[in-house]
Amino acid sequence: MRNINSNLKRKQDENIPRSSKSPVNHIEGDDQDNDEYFNTIEGEDADSSDSDRELEDEDSENDEFSDDEEKSDDETDDSEEDEEDLDDETEDDLDNDTDEEVDDETDDELDDETDDESDDNNEEKLNKDVEAKENNERNSEDIEEGDPELENDISKKRKNINLLRNKKNIREDYTSNTAESGKFVRIAKETQNGKSSKGNEFRIKTKRKDVVSSTENDEYADHDTSDEEDIRNTVGNIPMQWYDEYKHLGYDWDGKPIVKPESGDKIDDFLKRMENPEFWRTVKDPQTGQDVVLGDEDIQLIKRIQAQKIPDVSFDEYAPWIEWFTSEVMKTPVRKFPEHKRSFLPSKSEQRKISKLVHALKMGWIKTKAEQDALRAKAEPQFYMLWTTDDQSEEMRRIHKHIAPPKRQLPGHAESYNPPPEYLFDEKELKQWNKQKNDPSKRKLHFVPQKFESLRKVPAYSRYIKERFLRCLDLYLCPRAIKMKLTIEPEALVPKLPSPRDLQPFPTVLCIEYEGHKDMVRTISPDPTGQYLASGSDDNTVKIWEVNTGRCLKTIQTNDIVRCVQWCPNTALSLVAVASGNRLLLLNPHVGDFLICSKTDTVLKEASEIISIDAMEIPERVRSSVKWEEPSDEEYNNGIRVCLKHFKEITQVTWHCKGDYFATVMPDGQNRSVLISQLSKRRSQLPFSKSKGLIQSVLFHPLRPLLFVATQRHVRIYDLVKQQLVKKLMTNSRWISTMAVHPAGDNLLVATYDRKILWFDLDLSTKPYQTLRLHGTAVRGVAYHKRYPLFASGSDDRSLIVSHGMVYNDLLKNPLIVPLKRFQDHKPHNDFGVFDVKFHPLQPWVFSSGGDATIKLYSN
Amino acid sequence: MVAHRKKKYSTGEGAQFISRKAALKKLQLSLNDFRRLCIIKGIYPREPRNRKRAQKGAPGIKMLYHIKDIQFLLYEPIIWKLREYKIFNRKVGRAKAVKDFKAMRRYLANHPTIKLDHIVKERYPSFIDALRDLDDCLTLCFLFSTFPSLPHIPRTQSDLCRRLSMEFLHAVIEAKAFPIVASYSTYTIGFMPEIEYGIFACCYYYQAEIKGQTITWIVPHHFSFEPQSKAEVDFKIMSTFVEFYTIMLGFVNFRLYHTLNLFYPPKFAIMDNPNEGEKALADENIFVAERVAALNIPLSKSVLGGEEETEIDNFDLQENAEATEEARKEIESIKVLKNLFKGMKFFLNREVPREPLVFIIRCFGGEVSWDKSLFIGATFGETDESITHQIVDRPSMEKKYISRYYIQPQWIFDCVNTRSLLPVSKYFMGEILPPHLSPFVDKDRDENYIPPEERALYDQDAVEQMHKEESADESDKESPNKEEEDEEDLNENFKDVEVSDDKKVKLGVTPGQIEKEAPWKKKREERQEYKLREKMIKKKHRNLYKSMMNAKRERGKQAWLLNKKRKLHDEKEKVKTKSKKKINN
Repeated sequence: MRNINSNLKRKQDENIPRSSKSPVNHIEGDDQDNDEYFNTIEGEDADSSDSDRELEDEDSENDEFSDDEEKSDDETDDSEEDEEDLDDETEDDLDNDTDEEVDDETDDELDDETDDESDDNNEEKLNKDVEAKENNERNSEDIEEGDPELENDISKKRKNINLLRNKKNIREDYTSNTAESGKFVRIAKETQNGKSSKGNEFRIKTKRKDVVSSTENDEYADHDTSDEEDIRNTVGNIPMQWYDEYKHLGYDWDGKPIVKPESGDKIDDFLKRMENPEFWRTVKDPQTGQDVVLGDEDIQLIKRIQAQKIPDVSFDEYAPWIEWFTSEVMKTPVRKFPEHKRSFLPSKSEQRKISKLVHALKMGWIKTKAEQDALRAKAEPQFYMLWTTDDQSEEMRRIHKHIAPPKRQLPGHAESYNPPPEYLFDEKELKQWNKQKNDPSKRKLHFVPQKFESLRKVPAYSRYIKERFLRCLDLYLCPRAIKMKLTIEPEALVPKLPSPRDLQPFPTVLCIEYEGHKDMVRTISPDPTGQYLASGSDDNTVKIWEVNTGRCLKTIQTNDIVRCVQWCPNTALSLVAVASGNRLLLLNPHVGDFLICSKTDTVLKEASEIISIDAMEIPERVRSSVKWEEPSDEEYNNGIRVCLKHFKEITQVTWHCKGDYFATVMPDGQNRSVLISQLSKRRSQLPFSKSKGLIQSVLFHPLRPLLFVATQRHVRIYDLVKQQLVKKLMTNSRWISTMAVHPAGDNLLVATYDRKILWFDLDLSTKPYQTLRLHGTAVRGVAYHKRYPLFASGSDDRSLIVSHGMVYNDLLKNPLIVPLKRFQDHKPHNDFGVFDVKFHPLQPWVFSSGGDATIKLYSN
Repeated sequence: MVAHRKKKYSTGEGAQFISRKAALKKLQLSLNDFRRLCIIKGIYPREPRNRKRAQKGAPGIKMLYHIKDIQFLLYEPIIWKLREYKIFNRKVGRAKAVKDFKAMRRYLANHPTIKLDHIVKERYPSFIDALRDLDDCLTLCFLFSTFPSLPHIPRTQSDLCRRLSMEFLHAVIEAKAFPIVASYSTYTIGFMPEIEYGIFACCYYYQAEIKGQTITWIVPHHFSFEPQSKAEVDFKIMSTFVEFYTIMLGFVNFRLYHTLNLFYPPKFAIMDNPNEGEKALADENIFVAERVAALNIPLSKSVLGGEEETEIDNFDLQENAEATEEARKEIESIKVLKNLFKGMKFFLNREVPREPLVFIIRCFGGEVSWDKSLFIGATFGETDESITHQIVDRPSMEKKYISRYYIQPQWIFDCVNTRSLLPVSKYFMGEILPPHLSPFVDKDRDENYIPPEERALYDQDAVEQMHKEESADESDKESPNKEEEDEEDLNENFKDVEVSDDKKVKLGVTPGQIEKEAPWKKKREERQEYKLREKMIKKKHRNLYKSMMNAKRERGKQAWLLNKKRKLHDEKEKVKTKSKKKINN
């Protein structure tokens, strides 16, 4: 519809010059007054200035003009005008230029007919025309609020008409024209605006009909006077209820308020209904408040509209279709002038666009639909047999030393929605769990197990997505490294050692306890035959025990704490060296073989006599540190045969294996802390001129002339013949307590206060072959068995550990060390446990002396 | 000429590692592009042995990549695609800014696409490798298949995830249909609701063994999607992962289907709706329904008539006798598993989670259906008389059929986990369910607590013991009499002893008695020996041993605690049942 409309419009525009041409033909024969008139129009109206239009067309032109103004507001009027134009135009089109003359003739004929009518009639018609025009304008006013310009125009035109009326010689043929145009209007209504515009149109119609009906009758005969007709509201198209509160309804042309006509009460209404036969067709005009009686045509129109028929009676719906615009190509052009050249040539701008498109297509920037579809199909992942075999891989560049991400840990029983009851938290556990809120990593479980009766009741898990996200982050952000994880059982780390059962004999049970001392027993020493045991204690006594019975044979009182007792290894002598305070006592216990005992006494006596001669030759350094003395009579009776008075307190005394030499240690003695004395010659010497540190212990090598000297951290081995240092053993410990040498002389055991026992293989290295951490606290005593491959250690944790320490003759074979048995029978005393450990010289038995003033014998 | 001094960190760890910033500079990529590339190519930072040296003495902790990894990335064709993407984005942005929408549309239609096929092959040299790494892939795909349309997640992606995850499930179901494949593709399916941080998640853990690789995947409930805050979850990263995983899963599926003699884009034997996927997007519920329905439909096979059983031939090879015997046993067990639910017809009530149940029942050869009016794909109705089991998850039902068992869904899961048909009596409707045990716990671990229910599964004696305990409650009344009898017996014995003593005195000769060593003594001795031996552990291993022993002790403590709790619980239960009985009496 819209298209047609615009088409029409364009056509109409084209036709304007033509339509203006044909009336010129009519005018040619007219008076010059007309020219004047045109001139006036020219001067006033810019629109019509260039057109020399016929007067008869004035109406239409006027309408057109108003149309220009209204266009935007109301389409109905617009279309009305279009149709009118169309009328002209179609006529012209049909006739074409060739038929022009014929057309003129017919027009003339028509004119002649109208001429026949009387002048009065003419006048009347003119009047009518004016009225109709005014009505039209009123319609437009209905829509626009009285445009002042329009009003001006109208008034001017009215004047013109008056002028014309005076002329009276103008041929009038527009009545038929108007009628025709009215018809077209209706058609246009139906076709263009449809039902929605019906009401609007209806309003217009009623008014026009009203006018028509009034004009058909005598002008003043009807009750509607022309004065009343003039009542026109200038308020425009506004909701009339705005005037509800006022007495007036609006303002007329002169600006006077239109007073609301009196509306009678209901009785009046009733009376009107009863009396007035036309009451049913009386309608109130909301604009003026006047009653309007509808004409027959209006009634018919309304009825037709109600019946949903085309309102115009005369319109034939089934009329044959007139093809106004033929589809056939006419031979002759529509227009007089030939087509411009450019209409035959392709458009440059279009060509440019097309070339751009072609280029884009070539470059692949744009794609045809088929291409696009193909691409889309390609974009979807296409799967195919990527791997030809299951486990064979193709050679290609791959990530360097790939570390596969660890798999997620799988949930256990506790995570179940219905776990076994023992997995649920009890109150205590729940409390604990809640307490660790601030440090969730310490929690045993990171959730509280819960039980649900059925699967249905398990709620959704809100953290699921978050957890998956965290896993994603782990996969690409978490640094990966290969960590070796042991899958072995802890037992596999324990070295495989031969079973102790296979390494028998070794002491297994506590056999005898030697009780009698009143204070800690610091030291013990079995005699070379293994029958007797000497022990020295803090209660200043030395006791001699019979090993087999546990009987104390002798108690020798000394003046000071006994720190060390050592039985002379020479079996021909019955002599015990006792370190008591700063005196070293050599005592003959008088146990065992009587012959040996008495012989010892005589030997010692002879020796003392020799010594007295040589006493003068002793160097000053030695003389100041040690003094050989004869015991007093009382002491002699106690068994003390020789007495060496040292300048410092003696902590240790040790015999050379031959039993002639013995060494004493005075840790406080600085460079005189080690003293080697010869019993036979009653002579002492200081082997070291320089202090190497706090000397802890010294030992003679069982076979060779070597002296082991343990300072606080190191063990030095000196060759006594060559008078030089042979070796320095690095113990790597803080404080050495004591040491023991293997009877073969190749291995050395060093006990330290920092809980270690170090096994040195002297042939191997200066570092310990093995560090044994058998004890929990300081190790105070360590001993080798003379005949069995056994060694024992005693420490402050009250334990005595007997171990198998096999030394092989084969140099390539390392010693075998197996801890065999642990005894813990001593009672604690001032944090001291076992002080000294000694093996029985013949049997696989071990003695231990403890802080609890007892000595214990463990036998196999 | 003076020899140049060697620069620090030009060799060794310092030269082996590169920080992320340096890597970005070297690759000339933005951080986002680099992240994407790393995810797709599977490049990850590595932990250096000596961090200080690796980050060239810089303080703090840097993200370090191996230099070879970055060099590996340098030759990746995808980098060019990423650069193209950058330019594409710039073009689109410009077109948008100048409102040249036509050009913008054209650009958008021609967006660059990244092909990842070669990367799948590069990251997973063999099919087995791909299967080994399938866990995360499946879990994420199953998650994405439940996602609605989200920003950063293209709709096609979640759609593809749906398709592929479904196909994988089908492959698992079908794996048994062909014994050739099944002979080295057995599957154990476990079910486990996961609980974390006190909030309970019901997600299903599945474990299937395909080609000797154990694949575990987690499937959330289809309603598990919850909007996540931007700070919490970055869907863009997950989407990048899924971008790769979909391709990988697609290829895995393809190979699986072909080894199973199935058409790859699967053809369902009965239903074939090509537009199913699109329709599914419209409604979440419909999607789930159709997904489950599809599970219930067998796939059509490319080779027909593959139902015959494979028999292992009896080769008379002495050396392989044991192996063949084992293989035969395995095949036998697979056969049993395949037919675990054979001949059973299950009907799922509406409140039951359908997806896992349908999948499992179909895996083990059962027939499933559900209410026709609720979800599509039902094969038979509730009124079918041949239904053997109806799975319900409600306390009671109005209308019941006598011909079938009304059991709770846990029965299915427990049956599958124990690989046998459990007695249904404990799982009847409204019964208090026995505990649901995790099938994933390591049974061989020492010092591990094994709940009695689990022990009963593997140990027949334990079952009897449990029964005895139960029956003991009932026979409490009889027991006092027994005790009296026992006492009498004892008295008699005592008399005998006295008599014999008298006799001994009379004879005056006592036969020599073998001294029996108390067993505890021997044990103690052994323990002591072991303790001494423990002290001989090398210094190198001492701490390790200590920590291992501590862990062991801790486990033992846990087991002991659980045991104690269980005992207390059982006693309580006993008291309760007794009091109930009394009340009843």
